[in-house]
Amino acid sequence: MRAPDYRTPRTGIDSVEHQGKLLRMWETAPGIKGFFSTVDHKEIGIRYIVTAFVFLGLGGIEALVMRMQLAGPNLSLLTPEQYNQLFSTHGMTMIFLYASPILSGFSNYLWPLLLGSRDMAFPRLNALSYWIYLASGIFLYVGFITGNGPNDGWFNYVPYASKQFNPGLNEDFYALGMVFLGISVTVGAANFIVTAFRTRAPGMSLNRLPILVWGTLTASVANLVVVPAVSLAFFLLWMDRQFGTHFFDVGEGGHVLLWQHLFWIFGHPWVYAIVLPAMGMVSDGLPVFCRRPLVGYSVVALSTVATMILGFGVWVHHMFATGLPDLGLAFFSGASIAIVVPSAVAVFAWIATIWLGRPVVTTSFLFFSSMILLFVIGGVSGFMTASVPVDWQLTDTYFVVAHLHYVLIGINVFPVVGATYFWFPKITGRMLDERLGRWNFWTMFIGFNVAFLPMHLTGLLGMPRRVYTYDAYPGWEALNLLTSAGSWVFAVGVLLFLVNILRSLKVGALATQNPWDAPTLEWSVSSPPPPYNFAVIPTVASRHPLWESRLGEDQALSSLDRGMLLDSGKETIATSALDAAPDMILEMPEDSFAPLVLTAGLSGLFAGLLLIMWTVVAIGAVLSAAGLLLWLWPRRELRERASAAEAAHG
Amino acid sequence: MKTSPLGYLDAAGMRAQHILPLTWFTLSVSIAVCLVIAVLLWVGVRRRRVPSGVDIAGIAVERGGDGLPWIRVGLLIAAVPLAATLVWTMVVLAAVARVPANPALVLDITAHQWWWDVHYSGALPPDEFETANEIHIPVGQPVLVRLHAADVIHSFWVPKLSGKTDVIPGQINQSWLETEQPGRYLGQCSEFCGYQHAHMQFEVVAQAADKFAAWRAAQLEPAAAPASAQAARGLEVVQLRCALCHQVRGTSAGAVSAPDLTHLMSRRTLAAGTLLNTPGNLAGWIQDPQDLKPGSLMPNQYLSAQQLTDVLAYLETLR
Repeated sequence: MRAPDYRTPRTGIDSVEHQGKLLRMWETAPGIKGFFSTVDHKEIGIRYIVTAFVFLGLGGIEALVMRMQLAGPNLSLLTPEQYNQLFSTHGMTMIFLYASPILSGFSNYLWPLLLGSRDMAFPRLNALSYWIYLASGIFLYVGFITGNGPNDGWFNYVPYASKQFNPGLNEDFYALGMVFLGISVTVGAANFIVTAFRTRAPGMSLNRLPILVWGTLTASVANLVVVPAVSLAFFLLWMDRQFGTHFFDVGEGGHVLLWQHLFWIFGHPWVYAIVLPAMGMVSDGLPVFCRRPLVGYSVVALSTVATMILGFGVWVHHMFATGLPDLGLAFFSGASIAIVVPSAVAVFAWIATIWLGRPVVTTSFLFFSSMILLFVIGGVSGFMTASVPVDWQLTDTYFVVAHLHYVLIGINVFPVVGATYFWFPKITGRMLDERLGRWNFWTMFIGFNVAFLPMHLTGLLGMPRRVYTYDAYPGWEALNLLTSAGSWVFAVGVLLFLVNILRSLKVGALATQNPWDAPTLEWSVSSPPPPYNFAVIPTVASRHPLWESRLGEDQALSSLDRGMLLDSGKETIATSALDAAPDMILEMPEDSFAPLVLTAGLSGLFAGLLLIMWTVVAIGAVLSAAGLLLWLWPRRELRERASAAEAAHG
Repeated sequence: MKTSPLGYLDAAGMRAQHILPLTWFTLSVSIAVCLVIAVLLWVGVRRRRVPSGVDIAGIAVERGGDGLPWIRVGLLIAAVPLAATLVWTMVVLAAVARVPANPALVLDITAHQWWWDVHYSGALPPDEFETANEIHIPVGQPVLVRLHAADVIHSFWVPKLSGKTDVIPGQINQSWLETEQPGRYLGQCSEFCGYQHAHMQFEVVAQAADKFAAWRAAQLEPAAAPASAQAARGLEVVQLRCALCHQVRGTSAGAVSAPDLTHLMSRRTLAAGTLLNTPGNLAGWIQDPQDLKPGSLMPNQYLSAQQLTDVLAYLETLR
């Protein structure tokens, strides 16, 4: 057992010598070895971001193929089964493999830098969470490529998902893939929570957290609570399919609505989990370009948390038409209307920030500020569907498709692209091109609205969702053609984004440490940051450490170049949960292959379960156990250091 | 907008009409909110915008004005339509959720992959009958609809008459229809149910009481005996082949896993709204349903030309 380390850390001033010492300790080994064993949160964050963008591209291509099929009435580019697999895989990809991981990626990269820490609380868990995300994404896509993609929507209602109606491997891939992915989300969420509460820089009390941290923290708590519900649901489904259990089998006393409850108890909080961190990006990024602090920091932070608390009580609004008792519907309808309030707080705070600030219109600003309008459009259509009787007409029409795309593209993709323009210089050391950025923004913005604004009307004209083709009813034809055309313009916008990234990586202008003159800690280190993030642990005295002299925010000033040196090993500081008072020194783990070995073992395990090949399951289990053993193996140097410290304590 | 057969902004049924004012209200509020926010954003950005080309670090950071009144006032304004919607929602819910206590007619509708079986109850067993994909109701009278699922989840939706009610295995959900206006109203399955979810429609035909009574009396009749030799040969094929799944009352075809064909020719469409019921479409549907509605549970028939003509001649008599 490792004894807690209560040495009093040396403090001092940053120096070149000190940096060299830290670099040797923190740098990831070069080559293949380093690639597979790194636990650096920045490396992992970039991998998350790149992988999620790849999935965004795949999901986008799927959407474009569907929009070709739907460009006109009664087209037969796709068979019904191909269409069903495409729309299901599109939903699965965008919701599970893009929208959540992209935010995890940004948070992974940014959190320790925002918090003044040298890494996440559990670096190896961090690596594990990425590897499992990648492996489960590949697992799910192997299904799709072999013609076994999910074909019952991302919501996957039983009994259509049961063996009787869906005998192929499609649903087995989806069910096991989702349980697999759930492990990644769960360990990632646990890591974020502990990181937020325990590894902040001294002085960064809870009321000084950037809103992005509030967003991801809130989302992580939600994920920890609700992911078990969906993992359970998928596991029960798989049991029903493979072993003839009857959880969802009406004929044997099962209940099909059980699936919907389990799924949406997870599904609705998940929607907030994939927008709250993105809203946090806007709350943190927008003020930088308005040259003033965010209006109403405290209410925005509180409304983030309030959204999630209310978000736990609205899942039945996905089930208004299922014949539940009226009184229950009334309750959930009220909660769904009430949830507008915390969202409105954020909207008014952003608008006031712009109104009272001095807007500097950069590409990043354009994405952040346009998100406000898209958020409102997606919000009011959600407010309409919150009213039960209105929803009985709107639900399962294209109105809802329009609504959810305003939510997911408006409140996730737009902030993420804005955040990329904002933090790309920090991550890569080069600026993205602003001129190309304008083209990028306007094609995406116009394409998106041309595609999805008329879609509300398509829904009001009664076009149902999830149909592989449709008849030429009045109005439908032109609207659908318009949507398909808009989707292509949007795709061109996304392509310009990609071009800008690839081009700027090579020839972009070099970025300074703080190109936007922004106030938070990540801008106090070089671009890109050194492997150890902070040579000395900063001490934070305000919400805007880099602006405080200009704002006169607090009596005390933050200390950025004098602080704890923590250079007797790979170390960072743990602080207390509320006030961030220094608490103990954390010994951070070295690079490790254990997360990769464990992921490989789990991949084998799930592949074996998919094919019902028990030998493969056993091999996977043994490999997983080996990975865990490797992970937990006591390390001599830590033990020695701890006992030395104990001896010093007396 | 008036003409889309699945549009509901020109509702014709009591249940759908009750919802309309609330729908227009929430829609208007929504559009107004979007416009106001768009204007605020546009003006807000342009008002004190820093000219392009100026380095961001050159713009002083200021604490700026107190923005909290924005949030306070904004929330106060927002609270009005929110509260109104909440109350109005409950009022409308109370009006449309409860099924009629004394319905003039009770229908048991069973949703199948990908068609609708309609059972008309009567006071006595001889007053009951089955039909499919076309629901006749008398105008001006409440009709109770009990919804049964034969396989997976479907959803019963007649936009101009009534919002959606899911059809769920293991439970019987209820909906109701009532309209003053005679006419044909399109219905559509609106919960994803597999390959042919797109082609799972039905029609509600609202008729004056006397017309409805006449239709009902006609539906109660069994199929007439074939009048020609060709029709008789057709009936033989129907009894041999179609009878594996379909029912034609008055003949030995008595299976119930596919639409009842007893009065097939009285219906306007085929294959749950996929095709208009014309002789050419009917022939095509019998021979090659997998081309017209891929994945449909009706197999291709490969009848000889003679058999097909005979079958069509017989089916033509099922009026």
